[in-house]
Amino acid sequence: MNVVELTVLLVLGSFTAGLLGSLTGLGGGVVLVPLLTIFFKVDIRYAIGASLVSVIATSSGAAAAYVKEGFSNIRIGMFLEIATTLGALCGAFLSTVVPTRVLAIIFGLVLLYSAYLSRKPRTRRERDLPPDPLATRLKMNGSFPSEEGGERHYNVQNVPAGFSIMFGAGALSGLLGIGSGAVKVLAMDQAMKLPFKVSTTTSNFMIGVTAAASAGIYLNRGYIEPGIAMPVMLGVLYGSLLGARILMRADTKVLRLLFSLVIVALGAQMIYAGITGNI
Amino acid sequence: MLRNWSDRKIEEIVGDILRAGVTVSAVVVFAGGLLYLKGSAWTHPDYRVFHGEPSDLRALGGIWHGALALDARAIIQLGLLLLIATPVLRVMVAILGFAAERDRMYVIFTSIVMTILLYSLFGSGSAF
Repeated sequence: MNVVELTVLLVLGSFTAGLLGSLTGLGGGVVLVPLLTIFFKVDIRYAIGASLVSVIATSSGAAAAYVKEGFSNIRIGMFLEIATTLGALCGAFLSTVVPTRVLAIIFGLVLLYSAYLSRKPRTRRERDLPPDPLATRLKMNGSFPSEEGGERHYNVQNVPAGFSIMFGAGALSGLLGIGSGAVKVLAMDQAMKLPFKVSTTTSNFMIGVTAAASAGIYLNRGYIEPGIAMPVMLGVLYGSLLGARILMRADTKVLRLLFSLVIVALGAQMIYAGITGNI
Repeated sequence: MLRNWSDRKIEEIVGDILRAGVTVSAVVVFAGGLLYLKGSAWTHPDYRVFHGEPSDLRALGGIWHGALALDARAIIQLGLLLLIATPVLRVMVAILGFAAERDRMYVIFTSIVMTILLYSLFGSGSAF
Protein backbone atom coordinates (compact mmCIF):
# COMPACT_ATOMS: atom_id res chain seq x y z
CA MET A 1 0.00 0.00 0.00
CA ASN A 2 1.40 3.40 -0.87
CA VAL A 3 1.04 6.53 1.25
CA VAL A 4 -2.03 7.88 -0.59
CA GLU A 5 -4.00 4.62 -0.30
CA LEU A 6 -2.99 4.12 3.30
CA THR A 7 -3.88 7.70 4.27
CA VAL A 8 -7.31 7.54 2.61
CA LEU A 9 -8.16 4.21 4.27
CA LEU A 10 -6.91 5.41 7.65
CA VAL A 11 -9.01 8.59 7.41
CA LEU A 12 -12.12 6.58 6.50
CA GLY A 13 -11.58 4.01 9.24
CA SER A 14 -10.86 6.60 11.92
CA PHE A 15 -13.78 8.74 10.81
CA THR A 16 -16.13 5.76 11.26
CA ALA A 17 -14.59 4.95 14.65
CA GLY A 18 -14.99 8.55 15.81
CA LEU A 19 -18.56 8.81 14.52
CA LEU A 20 -19.71 5.54 16.13
CA GLY A 21 -17.77 6.30 19.30
CA SER A 22 -19.47 9.62 19.83
CA LEU A 23 -22.93 8.43 18.72
CA THR A 24 -22.86 5.56 21.19
CA GLY A 25 -20.99 7.42 23.92
CA LEU A 26 -18.45 4.62 24.11
CA GLY A 27 -15.59 6.67 22.67
CA GLY A 28 -13.78 6.03 19.41
CA GLY A 29 -10.42 5.43 21.07
CA VAL A 30 -11.14 1.87 22.15
CA VAL A 31 -11.63 0.57 18.61
CA LEU A 32 -8.75 2.53 17.03
CA VAL A 33 -5.90 0.37 18.30
CA PRO A 34 -7.51 -2.94 17.23
CA LEU A 35 -8.43 -1.34 13.90
CA LEU A 36 -4.83 -0.27 13.30
CA THR A 37 -3.16 -3.45 14.54
CA ILE A 38 -5.57 -6.09 13.21
CA PHE A 39 -6.62 -4.57 9.89
CA PHE A 40 -3.70 -2.31 8.99
CA LYS A 41 -1.00 -4.53 10.58
CA VAL A 42 0.55 -1.50 12.26
CA ASP A 43 2.87 -2.16 15.21
CA ILE A 44 0.88 -1.75 18.42
CA ARG A 45 3.21 1.00 19.70
CA TYR A 46 2.53 3.23 16.67
CA ALA A 47 -1.18 2.43 17.06
CA ILE A 48 -1.18 3.42 20.74
CA GLY A 49 0.61 6.69 19.92
CA ALA A 50 -1.87 7.66 17.20
CA SER A 51 -4.84 6.64 19.35
CA LEU A 52 -3.68 8.70 22.31
CA VAL A 53 -3.26 11.81 20.17
CA SER A 54 -6.79 11.50 18.80
CA VAL A 55 -8.13 10.95 22.32
CA ILE A 56 -6.77 14.39 23.24
CA ALA A 57 -8.42 15.91 20.16
CA THR A 58 -11.89 14.47 20.77
CA SER A 59 -11.82 15.06 24.51
CA SER A 60 -10.80 18.70 24.11
CA GLY A 61 -13.36 19.24 21.34
CA ALA A 62 -16.21 17.80 23.38
CA ALA A 63 -15.12 19.27 26.72
CA ALA A 64 -15.15 22.76 25.19
CA ALA A 65 -18.93 22.45 24.84
CA TYR A 66 -19.65 20.74 28.20
CA VAL A 67 -17.54 23.08 30.29
CA LYS A 68 -19.50 26.06 29.02
CA GLU A 69 -22.82 24.44 29.89
CA GLY A 70 -21.73 24.18 33.52
CA PHE A 71 -22.12 20.42 33.98
CA SER A 72 -18.51 19.52 34.63
CA ASN A 73 -17.00 20.18 38.04
CA ILE A 74 -13.57 21.76 37.59
CA ARG A 75 -12.51 21.22 41.22
CA ILE A 76 -13.27 17.51 41.21
CA GLY A 77 -11.61 17.23 37.81
CA MET A 78 -8.43 19.01 38.85
CA PHE A 79 -8.10 17.13 42.14
CA LEU A 80 -8.57 13.75 40.51
CA GLU A 81 -6.18 14.69 37.72
CA ILE A 82 -3.36 14.41 40.27
CA ALA A 83 -4.20 10.70 40.39
CA THR A 84 -4.83 10.20 36.67
CA THR A 85 -1.67 12.02 35.49
CA LEU A 86 0.52 10.13 37.96
CA GLY A 87 -1.12 6.92 36.81
CA ALA A 88 -0.60 7.92 33.19
CA LEU A 89 3.13 8.49 33.77
CA CYS A 90 3.45 5.03 35.32
CA GLY A 91 1.38 3.47 32.53
CA ALA A 92 3.39 5.13 29.77
CA PHE A 93 6.68 4.01 31.32
CA LEU A 94 5.28 0.50 31.73
CA SER A 95 4.20 0.40 28.08
CA THR A 96 7.83 0.78 27.01
CA VAL A 97 8.87 -2.38 28.89
CA VAL A 98 5.77 -4.61 28.70
CA PRO A 99 5.94 -7.07 25.75
CA THR A 100 3.53 -6.15 22.93
CA ARG A 101 1.76 -9.53 23.27
CA VAL A 102 0.87 -8.71 26.87
CA LEU A 103 -0.28 -5.25 25.81
CA ALA A 104 -2.61 -6.84 23.26
CA ILE A 105 -4.11 -9.18 25.85
CA ILE A 106 -4.68 -6.38 28.40
CA PHE A 107 -6.21 -4.31 25.63
CA GLY A 108 -8.59 -7.12 24.72
CA LEU A 109 -9.70 -7.51 28.34
CA VAL A 110 -10.38 -3.76 28.62
CA LEU A 111 -12.46 -3.95 25.43
CA LEU A 112 -14.56 -6.80 26.81
CA TYR A 113 -15.03 -4.95 30.08
CA SER A 114 -16.15 -1.71 28.45
CA ALA A 115 -18.63 -3.63 26.28
CA TYR A 116 -20.00 -5.24 29.46
CA LEU A 117 -20.28 -1.86 31.20
CA SER A 118 -22.14 -0.38 28.25
CA ARG A 119 -24.80 -3.11 28.44
CA LYS A 120 -25.26 -2.90 32.19
CA PRO A 121 -28.37 -0.92 33.13
CA ARG A 122 -27.58 2.26 35.00
CA THR A 123 -28.53 2.11 38.67
CA ARG A 124 -30.77 4.88 39.95
CA ARG A 125 -28.77 7.50 41.76
CA GLU A 126 -30.00 8.28 45.26
CA ARG A 127 -30.37 12.02 45.69
CA ASP A 128 -29.72 14.30 48.66
CA LEU A 129 -26.87 12.36 50.21
CA PRO A 130 -25.37 13.87 53.40
CA PRO A 131 -22.19 15.95 52.94
CA ASP A 132 -18.94 14.03 53.42
CA PRO A 133 -16.34 15.83 55.64
CA LEU A 134 -13.37 15.28 53.29
CA ALA A 135 -15.29 16.27 50.17
CA THR A 136 -16.53 19.37 51.97
CA ARG A 137 -13.00 20.26 53.01
CA LEU A 138 -11.91 19.89 49.40
CA LYS A 139 -14.81 22.12 48.29
CA MET A 140 -16.06 19.52 45.82
CA ASN A 141 -19.80 19.68 46.41
CA GLY A 142 -21.50 21.54 43.62
CA SER A 143 -24.61 22.09 41.60
CA PHE A 144 -25.60 21.89 37.96
CA PRO A 145 -28.48 23.10 35.79
CA SER A 146 -31.26 20.50 36.20
CA GLU A 147 -33.81 19.45 33.58
CA GLU A 148 -36.68 20.89 35.60
CA GLY A 149 -34.92 24.25 35.48
CA GLY A 150 -32.95 25.79 38.32
CA GLU A 151 -29.86 24.34 39.97
CA ARG A 152 -29.60 20.90 41.55
CA HIS A 153 -27.15 20.52 44.41
CA TYR A 154 -25.11 17.36 45.03
CA ASN A 155 -22.77 16.13 47.78
CA VAL A 156 -19.68 14.17 46.77
CA GLN A 157 -18.93 10.89 48.60
CA ASN A 158 -15.93 8.62 49.17
CA VAL A 159 -13.08 10.72 47.76
CA PRO A 160 -10.25 8.25 48.63
CA ALA A 161 -11.89 5.41 46.68
CA GLY A 162 -12.51 7.71 43.72
CA PHE A 163 -8.91 8.89 43.84
CA SER A 164 -7.54 5.33 43.85
CA ILE A 165 -9.68 4.16 40.95
CA MET A 166 -8.59 7.26 39.04
CA PHE A 167 -4.95 6.25 39.43
CA GLY A 168 -5.85 2.96 37.78
CA ALA A 169 -7.74 4.76 35.02
CA GLY A 170 -4.69 6.94 34.35
CA ALA A 171 -2.37 3.93 34.28
CA LEU A 172 -4.59 2.14 31.74
CA SER A 173 -4.75 5.29 29.64
CA GLY A 174 -0.95 5.61 29.61
CA LEU A 175 -0.42 1.92 29.00
CA LEU A 176 -2.89 1.50 26.14
CA GLY A 177 -3.30 4.97 24.63
CA ILE A 178 -7.02 5.13 25.39
CA GLY A 179 -9.11 7.71 27.26
CA SER A 180 -10.39 5.07 29.72
CA GLY A 181 -13.53 7.14 30.13
CA ALA A 182 -15.45 4.04 31.26
CA VAL A 183 -13.21 3.60 34.31
CA LYS A 184 -13.30 7.33 35.10
CA VAL A 185 -17.09 7.35 35.01
CA LEU A 186 -17.05 4.26 37.24
CA ALA A 187 -14.96 6.09 39.85
CA MET A 188 -17.19 9.16 39.91
CA ASP A 189 -20.47 7.34 39.40
CA GLN A 190 -20.14 4.35 41.71
CA ALA A 191 -17.62 5.53 44.30
CA MET A 192 -18.19 9.28 44.54
CA LYS A 193 -21.93 9.14 43.76
CA LEU A 194 -21.90 12.07 41.36
CA PRO A 195 -24.96 12.72 39.20
CA PHE A 196 -24.56 10.95 35.85
CA LYS A 197 -24.39 14.12 33.77
CA VAL A 198 -21.68 15.56 36.03
CA SER A 199 -19.57 12.39 36.04
CA THR A 200 -19.64 11.88 32.27
CA THR A 201 -18.78 15.48 31.43
CA THR A 202 -16.12 15.80 34.14
CA SER A 203 -14.60 12.53 32.95
CA ASN A 204 -14.44 13.88 29.42
CA PHE A 205 -12.86 17.06 30.74
CA MET A 206 -10.15 15.02 32.47
CA ILE A 207 -9.32 12.71 29.58
CA GLY A 208 -7.36 15.38 27.69
CA VAL A 209 -5.09 16.26 30.61
CA THR A 210 -4.55 12.60 31.48
CA ALA A 211 -3.64 11.79 27.88
CA ALA A 212 -1.29 14.78 27.65
CA ALA A 213 0.67 13.34 30.60
CA SER A 214 1.50 10.18 28.68
CA ALA A 215 1.73 11.88 25.27
CA GLY A 216 4.99 13.58 26.26
CA ILE A 217 6.54 10.22 27.08
CA TYR A 218 5.19 8.62 23.90
CA LEU A 219 6.66 11.45 21.84
CA ASN A 220 10.05 11.11 23.53
CA ARG A 221 10.01 7.37 22.88
CA GLY A 222 9.20 7.77 19.18
CA TYR A 223 5.69 6.22 19.35
CA ILE A 224 4.04 9.11 17.54
CA GLU A 225 4.48 8.54 13.81
CA PRO A 226 3.21 11.50 11.75
CA GLY A 227 2.22 9.31 8.79
CA ILE A 228 -0.27 7.41 10.99
CA ALA A 229 -1.21 10.00 13.60
CA MET A 230 -2.14 12.62 10.94
CA PRO A 231 -4.96 10.70 9.18
CA VAL A 232 -6.12 9.06 12.42
CA MET A 233 -6.36 12.31 14.39
CA LEU A 234 -8.13 14.21 11.59
CA GLY A 235 -10.52 11.34 10.86
CA VAL A 236 -11.50 10.71 14.48
CA LEU A 237 -11.89 14.41 15.22
CA TYR A 238 -14.20 15.02 12.27
CA GLY A 239 -16.16 11.84 12.93
CA SER A 240 -16.76 12.61 16.59
CA LEU A 241 -17.73 16.23 15.96
CA LEU A 242 -20.24 15.09 13.35
CA GLY A 243 -21.49 12.40 15.73
CA ALA A 244 -22.07 14.93 18.50
CA ARG A 245 -24.06 17.06 16.07
CA ILE A 246 -26.45 14.33 14.91
CA LEU A 247 -26.69 12.73 18.35
CA MET A 248 -29.69 14.88 19.33
CA ARG A 249 -31.82 13.48 16.51
CA ALA A 250 -30.71 9.86 16.46
CA ASP A 251 -32.06 6.85 18.32
CA THR A 252 -28.88 5.11 19.37
CA LYS A 253 -30.24 2.00 21.08
CA VAL A 254 -29.65 -0.38 18.15
CA LEU A 255 -26.40 1.35 17.28
CA ARG A 256 -25.11 0.92 20.84
CA LEU A 257 -25.90 -2.79 20.73
CA LEU A 258 -24.17 -3.23 17.38
CA PHE A 259 -21.14 -1.23 18.43
CA SER A 260 -20.74 -3.16 21.67
CA LEU A 261 -20.86 -6.40 19.65
CA VAL A 262 -18.08 -5.01 17.45
CA ILE A 263 -16.09 -4.17 20.58
CA VAL A 264 -16.54 -7.73 21.93
CA ALA A 265 -15.36 -9.17 18.60
CA LEU A 266 -12.32 -6.87 18.51
CA GLY A 267 -11.53 -7.66 22.15
CA ALA A 268 -11.60 -11.40 21.47
CA GLN A 269 -9.43 -10.88 18.40
CA MET A 270 -6.86 -8.85 20.38
CA ILE A 271 -6.64 -11.52 23.09
CA TYR A 272 -6.27 -14.23 20.44
CA ALA A 273 -3.58 -12.25 18.62
CA GLY A 274 -1.75 -11.68 21.89
CA ILE A 275 -1.83 -15.36 22.87
CA THR A 276 -0.67 -16.59 19.46
CA GLY A 277 1.96 -13.84 19.27
CA ASN A 278 0.53 -12.61 15.99
CA ILE A 279 0.71 -8.92 16.88
CA MET B 1 -22.02 33.86 45.15
CA LEU B 2 -18.85 35.58 44.08
CA ARG B 3 -16.98 32.26 44.14
CA ASN B 4 -19.52 30.67 41.84
CA TRP B 5 -19.34 33.52 39.40
CA SER B 6 -15.63 33.24 39.18
CA ASP B 7 -15.66 29.44 38.77
CA ARG B 8 -17.97 29.94 35.81
CA LYS B 9 -15.61 32.55 34.44
CA ILE B 10 -12.72 30.08 34.53
CA GLU B 11 -14.92 27.50 32.83
CA GLU B 12 -15.75 29.95 30.03
CA ILE B 13 -12.09 30.75 29.36
CA VAL B 14 -11.13 27.08 29.56
CA GLY B 15 -13.81 26.22 26.99
CA ASP B 16 -12.47 28.85 24.57
CA ILE B 17 -8.89 27.65 24.96
CA LEU B 18 -9.85 24.05 24.27
CA ARG B 19 -11.76 24.96 21.15
CA ALA B 20 -9.02 27.24 19.80
CA GLY B 21 -6.26 24.73 20.55
CA VAL B 22 -8.01 21.88 18.74
CA THR B 23 -8.84 24.07 15.73
CA VAL B 24 -5.31 25.46 15.32
CA SER B 25 -3.66 22.07 15.70
CA ALA B 26 -6.06 20.41 13.25
CA VAL B 27 -5.28 23.11 10.66
CA VAL B 28 -1.51 22.67 11.12
CA VAL B 29 -1.76 18.86 10.96
CA PHE B 30 -3.92 19.11 7.84
CA ALA B 31 -1.47 21.49 6.12
CA GLY B 32 1.44 19.22 7.02
CA GLY B 33 -0.59 16.26 5.75
CA LEU B 34 -1.12 17.86 2.34
CA LEU B 35 2.61 18.57 2.03
CA TYR B 36 3.38 15.01 3.13
CA LEU B 37 1.03 13.51 0.52
CA LYS B 38 2.50 15.74 -2.16
CA GLY B 39 6.07 14.77 -1.29
CA SER B 40 5.82 11.08 -0.41
CA ALA B 41 2.65 9.92 -2.19
CA TRP B 42 4.08 6.83 -3.87
CA THR B 43 6.43 5.60 -1.20
CA HIS B 44 5.62 2.41 0.74
CA PRO B 45 6.20 2.93 4.45
CA ASP B 46 6.40 -0.19 6.59
CA TYR B 47 4.75 0.22 9.97
CA ARG B 48 4.64 -3.49 10.79
CA VAL B 49 7.93 -3.27 12.59
CA PHE B 50 8.53 -0.65 15.22
CA HIS B 51 11.58 1.51 14.55
CA GLY B 52 10.70 4.55 16.63
CA GLU B 53 10.81 8.04 15.24
CA PRO B 54 14.16 9.66 14.33
CA SER B 55 15.43 11.81 17.18
CA ASP B 56 14.58 15.10 15.45
CA LEU B 57 10.87 14.15 15.49
CA ARG B 58 10.89 13.28 19.19
CA ALA B 59 11.62 16.59 20.88
CA LEU B 60 10.46 20.16 20.71
CA GLY B 61 13.72 21.64 19.31
CA GLY B 62 14.06 19.25 16.40
CA ILE B 63 10.37 19.45 15.48
CA TRP B 64 10.47 23.24 15.50
CA HIS B 65 13.57 23.39 13.26
CA GLY B 66 12.10 20.86 10.86
CA ALA B 67 8.79 22.72 10.66
CA LEU B 68 10.58 26.00 9.90
CA ALA B 69 12.40 24.20 7.08
CA LEU B 70 8.92 23.14 5.83
CA ASP B 71 9.58 19.46 6.40
CA ALA B 72 6.11 17.89 6.06
CA ARG B 73 6.50 15.30 8.82
CA ALA B 74 7.86 17.90 11.21
CA ILE B 75 4.87 20.19 10.50
CA ILE B 76 2.46 17.35 11.33
CA GLN B 77 4.41 16.69 14.50
CA LEU B 78 4.25 20.40 15.38
CA GLY B 79 0.46 20.31 15.00
CA LEU B 80 0.31 17.29 17.30
CA LEU B 81 2.51 19.11 19.82
CA LEU B 82 0.06 22.03 19.76
CA LEU B 83 -2.70 19.54 20.48
CA ILE B 84 -0.77 18.09 23.44
CA ALA B 85 -0.09 21.62 24.66
CA THR B 86 -3.80 22.50 24.75
CA PRO B 87 -4.61 20.65 27.99
CA VAL B 88 -1.35 21.94 29.48
CA LEU B 89 -2.42 25.51 28.75
CA ARG B 90 -5.80 24.71 30.24
CA VAL B 91 -4.18 23.61 33.50
CA MET B 92 -2.12 26.80 33.55
CA VAL B 93 -5.26 28.94 33.19
CA ALA B 94 -6.85 27.00 36.04
CA ILE B 95 -3.85 27.81 38.28
CA LEU B 96 -4.27 31.51 37.48
CA GLY B 97 -8.01 31.30 38.06
CA PHE B 98 -7.67 29.62 41.46
CA ALA B 99 -4.95 32.13 42.38
CA ALA B 100 -7.33 34.97 41.52
CA GLU B 101 -9.90 33.37 43.82
CA ARG B 102 -7.19 33.12 46.53
CA ASP B 103 -7.88 29.41 46.77
CA ARG B 104 -4.47 28.27 47.93
CA MET B 105 -5.41 24.61 48.25
CA TYR B 106 -6.48 24.34 44.61
CA VAL B 107 -3.51 26.36 43.39
CA ILE B 108 -1.33 23.66 44.97
CA PHE B 109 -3.38 20.76 43.52
CA THR B 110 -3.32 22.27 40.05
CA SER B 111 0.40 23.02 40.27
CA ILE B 112 1.08 19.37 41.07
CA VAL B 113 -0.77 18.37 37.89
CA MET B 114 1.19 20.99 35.95
CA THR B 115 4.51 19.68 37.26
CA ILE B 116 3.63 16.14 36.20
CA LEU B 117 2.69 17.36 32.71
CA LEU B 118 5.90 19.37 32.30
CA TYR B 119 7.96 16.44 33.52
CA SER B 120 6.34 14.21 30.91
CA LEU B 121 7.02 16.69 28.11
CA PHE B 122 10.51 17.84 29.02
CA GLY B 123 11.94 15.62 31.73
CA SER B 124 11.09 12.11 30.61
CA GLY B 125 13.34 12.06 27.52
CA SER B 126 16.54 11.72 29.47
CA ALA B 127 15.24 9.02 31.77
CA PHE B 128 16.39 6.20 29.48
